[in-house]
Amino acid sequence: MHMSDTVIQNHEPNYLEYQGRYKGIFAWIFSTDHKRIGLLYLYSMLVLFSAAAILGLLMKIELIAPGKTIMDAQTYNSFFTLHGITMIFLIVVPGLPAVFGNFFLPLMIGAKDVAFPKLNLLSWWIYIAGAAIVLSSQFFGDGPPDTGWTFYAPYSFRTGTNMLPAVTGAFILGFSSIATGINFIVTMHRMRAPGMTWMKMPLFPWALYGTSWIQVLATPIVGITLLMIVLERTLQIGFFDPALGGDPILYQHLFWIYSHPAVYIMILPAMGVISEIIPTFARKTIFGYKAIVVSTLAIAFVGYFVWGHHMFTSGMSGTALYTFSILTFLVAIPSAIKIFNWVATLHKASIDIQTPFLWALCFLFVFMIGGLSGMVLGALSANVHLHDTAFVVAHFHFIVFGGTGYAFFGALHYWYPKMFGRMYDKGWANIGLAVFFTGFNTLYLPMFYLGMIGMPRRYYDYVEEFHGPNIVSSFGAMLMISGLVIIITNLVRSARKGEIAEADPWKGKTLEWTVASPPPLENFAEIPVVTKRPYDYE
Amino acid sequence: MEKEQHTHIVKYKTYVFVLIALLLMTFTSVAITSLNLGPYTVSAALLLAGSKSLLVLLIFMHLKFDKKFYSIMVGGVFLLFASVIFITFLDYLYR
Repeated sequence: MHMSDTVIQNHEPNYLEYQGRYKGIFAWIFSTDHKRIGLLYLYSMLVLFSAAAILGLLMKIELIAPGKTIMDAQTYNSFFTLHGITMIFLIVVPGLPAVFGNFFLPLMIGAKDVAFPKLNLLSWWIYIAGAAIVLSSQFFGDGPPDTGWTFYAPYSFRTGTNMLPAVTGAFILGFSSIATGINFIVTMHRMRAPGMTWMKMPLFPWALYGTSWIQVLATPIVGITLLMIVLERTLQIGFFDPALGGDPILYQHLFWIYSHPAVYIMILPAMGVISEIIPTFARKTIFGYKAIVVSTLAIAFVGYFVWGHHMFTSGMSGTALYTFSILTFLVAIPSAIKIFNWVATLHKASIDIQTPFLWALCFLFVFMIGGLSGMVLGALSANVHLHDTAFVVAHFHFIVFGGTGYAFFGALHYWYPKMFGRMYDKGWANIGLAVFFTGFNTLYLPMFYLGMIGMPRRYYDYVEEFHGPNIVSSFGAMLMISGLVIIITNLVRSARKGEIAEADPWKGKTLEWTVASPPPLENFAEIPVVTKRPYDYE
Repeated sequence: MEKEQHTHIVKYKTYVFVLIALLLMTFTSVAITSLNLGPYTVSAALLLAGSKSLLVLLIFMHLKFDKKFYSIMVGGVFLLFASVIFITFLDYLYR
């Protein structure tokens, strides 16, 4: 069968209506259906994201004027710590694979579910347990942690705040990530539809494949490192504390050996989403399919060897500094290959401008700014000046929020009709995006300038010279949150009241568009046979 | 996609030999801690631990009897690990 030429009619109840062994909420939290698990992650993450975004807004309100505005220094320290831990460990690292990978990987490769559905459900339960333990650090013990999300040694075992639950929770979350990674790798190796060779697999699954390998191979390192902090705090072993004969820079090595590849866990699936959206709305075969696949794997591979660029001012050897700087510049090559391929796909295309496409275009804009500012930080000389300033905060928000966040909302608007069987209000969706995009740039662009003139990150106070750009940035934060409120309200409201969506509202060509919206419980009445490449618009 | 199934039954005798070898290497790794090997202490411990892992991977985890593809994948992972260690030591050795 040609991908998406025929819509498979299925008389099975859809996954939202299906009544299994359990009722009510138990039909969700004990469901092994990959689609329900995807939605469980989505709802969990939306709640956590809203809370962490409010923390971010409160921090920006604190920074609207020098001195104490709405909180004291210690509260500010715990706010940026919780904001970082929640956003990184609970949202952007698991985000796209857990929500859209779970929901769409089996649909896109023509399978009825993932390879290990029970392990999949266990991953969500581990995720919730880890999240609960992390959040408990706020309410029990000796006050919320104040180390930042990186838990840098030696402060992380000297601070009197409640470190152990935060670190233990992050350690437990790693198991969820590894289990999902293994599940996806096996699913793609063993369960692709007949005829779907590796080179006929759509690009979002390819991105998930690269991501899964990083999850499986890099996450154990941070797991062990976090465990070492726990042992250091409880047994005073002396891995990282110089007073006990340890080396604090060893902590930074171990932490970033995972946490830099984790940036690629965040961004690779985002790139996969963009590779799905662009050909669908360009009505054109993606330019350079193989180059995109190879660049995905190249980013995943080279991404393992660049962790040291987080440590340029930590006191590493000169040899290590040059090596990490060169390797960092190398990652730009496969990233640029993708950008050029997406732009080339748009060349002379019959573009249908819809909300998901606009999200993809905004992604290209902000990701380019994030990527190019990363080149500035990758250069040793510039890094000495900009390290630990607001410039770095602006850079990684352009990459992490601008990359993964935009792709997440792009994916949500792209696959929403398939997930819920209803269409959102496109007018409000576009207004929400416009407000959000304007707010985003107003918030983060001034921070590049602030960093260049020397404003350090992670301070609740600043000198008068930094006041003007901080007012603009804080105003941007309010605007951006207003945009988010419009976007999320529209999506939540439309899940019940939106127009009924057809099976293939965007005229997509991949397999998920061949099943009904919402999909039936087991996706395909008959497993499809794939004969052509994805994105075949010719 | 891959449909063929392949089973290989390992003899009990082989398992017993591997078990004895693993136990011997464990005792050796404990015993050599009493010797002063100087700069070779870590290398000796890693060599013994590495040999034990290799035995477990090849025999207990059936890598020896599986398709070459899996050996290549596991080899790739070890290569990655070795590269990470090598790059880390570009800091420690030249500091």
